[in-house]
Amino acid sequence: MRDSINFLLAGVGGQGTILASDVLVNVGLAGGYQAKQAEVHGMSQRGGSVTSYVRWGRTVYSPLVGGGEVDVFLAFEKAEALRSLNQLRPGALALINLAAIEPVTVTSSGQAYPNDETLKQKFTQVTSKAMYVDGEAIATGLGNIRAANVVLLGTLSALMEGEDLTGVELPAEIWLNIITERVPPKYVELNRQAFNAGRKAVT
Amino acid sequence: MIKMLSGNEAVARGAWEAGAAVASAYPGTPSTEILEELARYPNVYAEWAPNEKVAVDVAIGAAYAGRRAMAVMKHVGLNVAADAFMYASMTGMEAGLVIVSADDPAMHSSQNEQDNRTFARFARVPCLEPSDSQEAKDMTIAAFGLSERFDTPVLMRLTTRICHSTSAVELGVAPDGQPLEAKPFPRNPAKYVMVPSNAVKRHPVIEQRMLDVAEFAESFPYNHIEQGERSLGILTAGVAYQYAREVFPKASILRLGMTWPLPARLISRFAESVERLIVIEELDPFIEEAVRLMGICVEGKSIFPLVGELDPRVVRESAIQAGLLPQSEHVPLPGVEVGPLPSRPPVLCPGCPHRSTFYVLNKLKVPVNGDIGCYTLGLIPPLSAIHSCGCMGASIAVAHGAVKAGSPERHVAVIGDSTFFHTGIPALINTVYNRSPVITIIMDNRVTGMTGHQDNPGTGRTLQGEETTPVEIEALVRACGIRQVKTVPAYAVKEIETTLREYLKLDEPAVLITQEPCVLLPEVRKRWVPLEVWADKCNGCGLCFRIGCPAILKSDELDAHLQRPKALIDAALCTGCEVCAQICPREAITFRAAEMSET
Repeated sequence: MRDSINFLLAGVGGQGTILASDVLVNVGLAGGYQAKQAEVHGMSQRGGSVTSYVRWGRTVYSPLVGGGEVDVFLAFEKAEALRSLNQLRPGALALINLAAIEPVTVTSSGQAYPNDETLKQKFTQVTSKAMYVDGEAIATGLGNIRAANVVLLGTLSALMEGEDLTGVELPAEIWLNIITERVPPKYVELNRQAFNAGRKAVT
Repeated sequence: MIKMLSGNEAVARGAWEAGAAVASAYPGTPSTEILEELARYPNVYAEWAPNEKVAVDVAIGAAYAGRRAMAVMKHVGLNVAADAFMYASMTGMEAGLVIVSADDPAMHSSQNEQDNRTFARFARVPCLEPSDSQEAKDMTIAAFGLSERFDTPVLMRLTTRICHSTSAVELGVAPDGQPLEAKPFPRNPAKYVMVPSNAVKRHPVIEQRMLDVAEFAESFPYNHIEQGERSLGILTAGVAYQYAREVFPKASILRLGMTWPLPARLISRFAESVERLIVIEELDPFIEEAVRLMGICVEGKSIFPLVGELDPRVVRESAIQAGLLPQSEHVPLPGVEVGPLPSRPPVLCPGCPHRSTFYVLNKLKVPVNGDIGCYTLGLIPPLSAIHSCGCMGASIAVAHGAVKAGSPERHVAVIGDSTFFHTGIPALINTVYNRSPVITIIMDNRVTGMTGHQDNPGTGRTLQGEETTPVEIEALVRACGIRQVKTVPAYAVKEIETTLREYLKLDEPAVLITQEPCVLLPEVRKRWVPLEVWADKCNGCGLCFRIGCPAILKSDELDAHLQRPKALIDAALCTGCEVCAQICPREAITFRAAEMSET
């Protein structure tokens, strides 16, 4: 068991960031950790940025993670990935979904949206453990683009195992059970496929 | 049984375990989920009140009638409810009364970050501050006991990070047996009728009460010392305790579960047991100043910020600066220059029924006095059509005041349906009574939108799902004495513009009700039909970009003549509201198929 693992999830309202953090906090609990989660969701439905913290540890006090102390980063959107980059601990595990949701400031006020090359180059400056996945493409292949967040959770679970980051035994089945408890019955099979497809996306 | 609960869910659970019978609230982030959750428990009556003052009066009435009661609001709601809060302190009640205030340090979704502990001191009321979900539940139960033991309302002060963080809670048992029946209403005018002759006798009673509570605070189990090293002692409360414990694992900590009144002897003993005493608290130096008044040497806001919320980093870096921690504790940030990133302000959703009105207001170039709700987002470019917004219900009276000051333009006030019920009605009456030609637009989207779709007096449904009589806004407006009133479908761009242009010629108060249910309501979502742009007709004039709809994108294809990008509609976002189709001068955007077949 590790002393503590600090997660940061970043996305845009409607991408399933909050569901993913709910899953993560419960996976930690199932692994025997103390776990806490904190988010701000006041205006998230209105297309704003959403960030959520999850912490696992032997003892967890603060529900928030201080800047520079994020061990595992999950970004659902590219501009949001960059916005939170400086919260990471050097060498942190970063999983970035290659989705772009252009805010109206890009479509109507002409602000620039960062390109993939810049994104990857900036992350390289902080960590060699950054991985990029097109969650929407994988989910679309399974027939429902909205399962992208579960694809990413699948990838994250495999990455954390690969890096020996969980500190305890956390078989995929535990993740899957916690996910399927949180989705409507008719989407259980889709989410199971999405999670497994996400796991296979790890190269 | 252990369950992961948010602080809000834990407060609701605590209220239920404590046998609370009546709860009333007005929705407001970060407090909203408390009543939504409590409404699901058996044997609890829970309601949305039109505003927080009504909610507190309702809870007071229930507590006078001998049943445990709760009123819940965000911090600024207590400003609205202050009058009721103050008299409840004077009268006390027959059963426990808990007022929950959810403060919002850092103003994640608020207009200020006032620290409502000051309200407790001001009103002579005890204040409890939980530091996680477990305490949120346990202290809610304790609050009812405290309330009854000392015949006082109790203020539960939560903050965003307590309300919206999740941690493990050991659930207690349900209240046993049948709920108590309400007692006959007390005939005790000396206590419950606050005419001056009675009130003067009550004031010394409540001052003595607070001395008694202060004595009780000396042994209150949630005022708790964690004895550590003697070199540093920390006084702290609420979520700040978690940051303090994390950053100073070895220090001695006195965690105050009751932050008003303070246990003077306990604090004094603690202060004597340590070499250096500091306070770590969010926002005001509330504990710090009280402790200093006790004649104890203490530091607080000279080290930690007065503004915004704390987190482990803020606490640690402030402590390093003050020499409380060695420089080696510093956690460096990566410091990568990420370059300019597009800002992502919250915006009116695709298909939002408010968009068309702001498009017209922007075009008319009138000063617009706004109010609190989703429609405040009419401020964001390119709509840019809100010029003031301060608090719930302010719009109409601010417009009236500007007009009376001789503002040379016609003023428009915009206010949502729920905010109109909340505090807009008296201000509208004022425009009639005191004769000002303010144009009020009531944006009736048939729900309380910003806080996540709560019912309100206009929806015809209660918090606990019962059907009820919907208040008719147009009839209400007429009853206020407004002669010029019109209800228009909110997507009818031309009709809104024509009506407003007519109103601008009048010299009397007028009301336009723009009506259409929020596009995110489940029954409305079923009717979403994405529209399309006929690229051959679009010449890239850019007019549709001016409505600021997230579903309208700039296409990669340029118009051959103007060399400007054509419009493109994101089918995943478009709901088919047709506002863009109505304003397109080249008819290059499709209307919904059903309508097309009609025309």
